[in-house]
Amino acid sequence: MLTTYDIRLTLEYEYEKAAVDSHHILRIMPRDLPDQRLISGLVSSAPPPDFRRDASDFFGNSITEIGFGRHLQAASFTFAGRVARSHEAPNLDLSPALTKLQEEVRSRRDLGPESPHHFSGPSPRVPMDMEIAEFSRSLFAPERSTLEFVKTISAALHSEMTFDPEATNVATRPIEAFTSRRGVCQDFTHIMISSLRSAGIPAAYVSGYLRTSPPPGQERLEGADAMHAWVRAWCGNEMGWVEIDPTNDVMVGRDHILVAIGQDYFDVAPIKGSLRGSGDHATRQRVDVIPVPSGI
Amino acid sequence: MASVKTSTLLKSYAPPRGVADELLDMDGKLRPVWWPLIDLLSRQTPEALAARTAAGDQYLNDAGVYFRQLGDGNSSERTWPLSHIPVMLDQAEWKQVSQGIVQRAELLEMVMADLYGPASLVHEGLLPPDLIARNPEWLRPMVNVAPRSGHYLHFLAFEIGRSPDGTWFVLGDRTQAPSGSGFALENRVATSRVFSDLYPNANVERLAGFFRAFRDALNGLRVSDDQRVGILTPGPQTDTYFEHAYIARYLGFALLESGDLKAEAGNVSIRTIAGQQPVSVLWRRLDARFADPLELDEGSALGTPGLVSALREGALTMVNALGSGVLESRALLAFMPRIAEKLLRQPLLLPNIATWWCGQAQERAYVRENLDRMMIGPALSQRQPFDLEPSSWFGRSFLEESDKNVDDWLEREGDRLVAQEAVTLSTTPALSEGRLVPRPMTVRVFAARTPDGWTVMPGGYARIGKSEDPRALSMQSGGSVADVWVVGQKPVQVDSLAPPATGPFTRRMPGFLPSRAADNLFWLGRYVERAEFVIREIRAYHKRLSESGGTDLQLLEDLAVFLEAYGTEVTEPVPQNLRDLIQSAKNCAARIRDRFSIDGWSALSDLSRSVEAMSGNALPGEEVARSMTLLLRKLAGFSGLVHENMFRFMGWRFLTIGRALERADSMAALLETFATEEGTSGGFDLAVEVGDSVMTHQRRYSIQTNRNTVIDLLVLDHLNPRSILFQIEQIKTQNEALPLSEHHGRVSQLTRLVVQLHSDLTTATPEEIDTAALRDIRSQIAAMSDALDQQYLS
Repeated sequence: MLTTYDIRLTLEYEYEKAAVDSHHILRIMPRDLPDQRLISGLVSSAPPPDFRRDASDFFGNSITEIGFGRHLQAASFTFAGRVARSHEAPNLDLSPALTKLQEEVRSRRDLGPESPHHFSGPSPRVPMDMEIAEFSRSLFAPERSTLEFVKTISAALHSEMTFDPEATNVATRPIEAFTSRRGVCQDFTHIMISSLRSAGIPAAYVSGYLRTSPPPGQERLEGADAMHAWVRAWCGNEMGWVEIDPTNDVMVGRDHILVAIGQDYFDVAPIKGSLRGSGDHATRQRVDVIPVPSGI
Repeated sequence: MASVKTSTLLKSYAPPRGVADELLDMDGKLRPVWWPLIDLLSRQTPEALAARTAAGDQYLNDAGVYFRQLGDGNSSERTWPLSHIPVMLDQAEWKQVSQGIVQRAELLEMVMADLYGPASLVHEGLLPPDLIARNPEWLRPMVNVAPRSGHYLHFLAFEIGRSPDGTWFVLGDRTQAPSGSGFALENRVATSRVFSDLYPNANVERLAGFFRAFRDALNGLRVSDDQRVGILTPGPQTDTYFEHAYIARYLGFALLESGDLKAEAGNVSIRTIAGQQPVSVLWRRLDARFADPLELDEGSALGTPGLVSALREGALTMVNALGSGVLESRALLAFMPRIAEKLLRQPLLLPNIATWWCGQAQERAYVRENLDRMMIGPALSQRQPFDLEPSSWFGRSFLEESDKNVDDWLEREGDRLVAQEAVTLSTTPALSEGRLVPRPMTVRVFAARTPDGWTVMPGGYARIGKSEDPRALSMQSGGSVADVWVVGQKPVQVDSLAPPATGPFTRRMPGFLPSRAADNLFWLGRYVERAEFVIREIRAYHKRLSESGGTDLQLLEDLAVFLEAYGTEVTEPVPQNLRDLIQSAKNCAARIRDRFSIDGWSALSDLSRSVEAMSGNALPGEEVARSMTLLLRKLAGFSGLVHENMFRFMGWRFLTIGRALERADSMAALLETFATEEGTSGGFDLAVEVGDSVMTHQRRYSIQTNRNTVIDLLVLDHLNPRSILFQIEQIKTQNEALPLSEHHGRVSQLTRLVVQLHSDLTTATPEEIDTAALRDIRSQIAAMSDALDQQYLS
């Protein structure tokens, strides 16, 4: 099965004081993967940048680096493109028992981008948190398979936490969101990563797009009005990486379009930037992910 | 060599059992390399010895050598803790050490290239992958970024110690941004003052050749001869900032902060007052994680956005490559012996401290069986072996109280822990109350890459423990530092330590002044001048308070209101605002210490101390006025030093413009209030007094004082160094020498403003300079400041 989408993302910035020497890194172009083909895609900026460089980062994500030498009052960045997605959630559980996973992790003598070693320790935005580790331990059952445990964590977070865009912001630490049991996809994802890592399961942060309106008869997924985030968990040598969306408690399938993978939000932020001598700035984000009717 | 008489000096010198000693051999006999020094010392009276050490301390004090003591949330400058007795090492022995160091440097380069390239050490099982993947110093954005120079490492330091059997071993590798080489130079100068009669003929290997070789090597890596090598410093708040400024001056390199750099489109340039100047070699003293907030530590305020991207494009040579800190982690030492066999096909010439990573069952078991001689701490720690984290295990117990069971700890967290043998370090003599006492020591060895391979600095830097406890070696915990003399059989070729007279590069690039440095010089000028003005005002106020007994109420009140506009509260005897101004001046000067004379800095520090010492106890009136006169004298001392000693170069011009702008503005402000057409009682006299022109005014206008005489003297008289026109002339002269005053036949905005005001004032009559005109002058001065800022400083 294949679903094709037309995707458009716009990030708008307005600066209180004209920004000088602004320098940005964008990660908004979907990945080209065996189960996700990037048919066409373009990252652009208005006004046009003074310099630009397209590359990929350590994890293989597409990055666009953009710089402006002149004074800027406002800027907007856009991705527009078409993606064919064939990713399916796994049917079979091929993951080892939780107690056996460590051995499998250790057997991997590999530092390549897919290596589980990058995703097992604390990272800048996901430090070790005792409380989250305790939450994870309370659900730990050694006889279970890794995948079962991953699903258990997702379900538990989904039922305990309330989706609330007002409760947190982009800088909120996982423990704060966990304590208040409120947040958005970024918080759900960070908390779940922290839970899995504390149980010895390598876990990565995934950013991406979500189909805007659900197929007929299905509920609308949370997080479709902005860039979305979910978890990638390593379930042993045989099963490899499995994607799961704790905000909606679903296994990731064809409704999710993968943009970037990293240790946490810092590695995949859609836009990072620095400006000299500017004050506050306002941002707006708009996403449309529309399925293309088959036959076109 | 005659045998040395037993003296009180050595009577109580008793190294602990089972420890190697630098001074005495296994049989308790003096080692030959120490004979001349001990001979000299044993002939000193206590007074003579005290005079010698005082000479060394005096040098360090005069040179302003300090380090920053870091405390909880605050830090302070501390004098350099020199142990006056150098460590004496035999040249033949040093040669062997050097060979081991060179081998290790080459090995580290290979490990670095592997970790940022194919990672075959991990694939082949010679390094556990999670020790690298979890290491915050292994920077993923730098993977597969080839260094422009072809090498990752150019400057390294190694901490070495001597074990009880007399052989040397490595305690730690410093690969990130090693400090201490500049301090080694200062140790050398200070110690040679202590032993000024012995040093010249003691066959001690000199240090200058090492620095010259490294300077030439870095200069050779530049893209073109008219560029300068930059030293990238985190800034004055760093513990070793003194050294950064010192090395920059010594080698003729540019001292830069991240904000001086601009990275764009695969190029890195320095923001200077003459526009952007390309830079192709940076010797960084900044930890790599902080170098680029876009791709590395996002919270870093010290970084240059886009630097990593520029490195990827091969824009410059970074000394050492970003990411080299990964080689400093303790756990790596456990694997170095096998890595050496694999990569070099030979054993390490200098072994490193025995280290076990507790993530391996067999190693963990060994550690557990030998707990009493183990130091156990975080595997990825970058600290020196003896500089243990409080959570560490040391021999028989945890350093801080803990209810942890050490066995459980090793079992549960083994893969995060590393154990090292609690080795015994050798002892070396230190002076304590006129006698020599044995103290544990380590030596820091520096190595630099040159086109002919690695070269090793012959001596210079040893750490000496405060007590017999080897954990008290670091300066932060009270240890001291000594020179190391590598002594040969034959006289050495004498090298000068003096830097090249002027850098040839400054001549070729007269405009080279980073905008940040110019900004600090400009504001230093403004703050100093503003402080002087405020001091004069306060003095005038208190003089009148005491003379009139408070009768001249209107003038006093006007003065108080006027000062308030400057943020100065006259009811405080030493207003807070005055302290702030002097502190601000000092902060500016602190950021440009590489361009600022040591005497000038001392004068400013002295001024700041004087202000701080004048607590609120002074009585209003005569007493405060007197203390303000004292401050004025100190300020004049500072100004004199700047005027007499500072090289008449770009930096000096910005300082001068800052002072002149501020002086012109405050004079205009003063006259606007106190020389109004209506006139305030005593206002003219006050203006003349604060304008420091009482004598001139009396001499010239002995018959009459009126507004015109005051305005003529303080605004229009171009011979009066306090007049506004005089300042504008100064600015005009300096501006003409600035690089962008005229560009492609068009004058700059600043030039236009200066020339206009200058001609207005040259042709004006006193009658025309009414209050409105003064106000207009002030706004023109503000416009000049803005124009200067836009064109050169931001």
